[in-house]
Amino acid sequence: MQIPIEYYLVLSALMFSVGIVGVLTRRNAIIVFMCVELMLNSANLTLITYSSYLGDVAGQLFVFFVMAVAAAEAAVGLAIIIAIFRNKLTVNIDEINILKW
Amino acid sequence: MNLEIVLFIVFASICAVSAVLMITRPNPIISALFLVLNFGSLAGLYLTLNAQFIAVAQVIVYAGAIMVFFLFVIMLINPEKEKRFFEEKTKLRIFIVTIVALVLIQIVYVIFISKHFNVVSPEVSRSVQAGTIENIGREMFTNYILPFEAAGYLLLSATIGAMVLAKKKFE
Repeated sequence: MQIPIEYYLVLSALMFSVGIVGVLTRRNAIIVFMCVELMLNSANLTLITYSSYLGDVAGQLFVFFVMAVAAAEAAVGLAIIIAIFRNKLTVNIDEINILKW
Repeated sequence: MNLEIVLFIVFASICAVSAVLMITRPNPIISALFLVLNFGSLAGLYLTLNAQFIAVAQVIVYAGAIMVFFLFVIMLINPEKEKRFFEEKTKLRIFIVTIVALVLIQIVYVIFISKHFNVVSPEVSRSVQAGTIENIGREMFTNYILPFEAAGYLLLSATIGAMVLAKKKFE
């Protein structure tokens, strides 16, 4: 284990930032969802890094549960996107603003 | 330079580059394929961290199941292409990228300057021991049995919810 822990943390921070930029700039709802998955994965990388460097299994279990939640979230989210597409024939989030005050 | 460092450099650079390419491609399908590449290289990084089980689960669950699901929905509804990244709303996007880059620089500064990480002393044998399937399974079915059951209920409710939401008509 010769790689310093900082390198993994910086990579994780970079991926999280890229995910934030994607969520804020892209207008396609599916790509916004994929950016959320990217951010979840960067958090997973941090958890695994600490789990490995501390020799503690709790982080890896947490990542396992995050994966389960991400699968559930993707299923429900894409179902919502399909339902919206069926009603409005678009997935552009600039045009889907019926909840906007 | 030993193999671990080489693997880390290769996987980390693939990971970072594919993440950036993913958010900048105008075609959603190509974005999804870059995200698959990103998840695959993350699995490689998990292997360098001695987390074998999570690496396999990453490939099966994320790069396999979830991304197939995404690609399926993208091809099903066939969204229109967007323009290239900086061609549309250029000022707003440059502003967002600048703000996020500033935050990232701050995080990197904190990570490298703060001395909290000295408490982390790597121990290879313990870390390999922690990542085995045997160890994870034992922990999951003893100390973490309640979250495990809750995750099962969550997946069940998500399945039912997805079916209800994607149904043809609400009645």
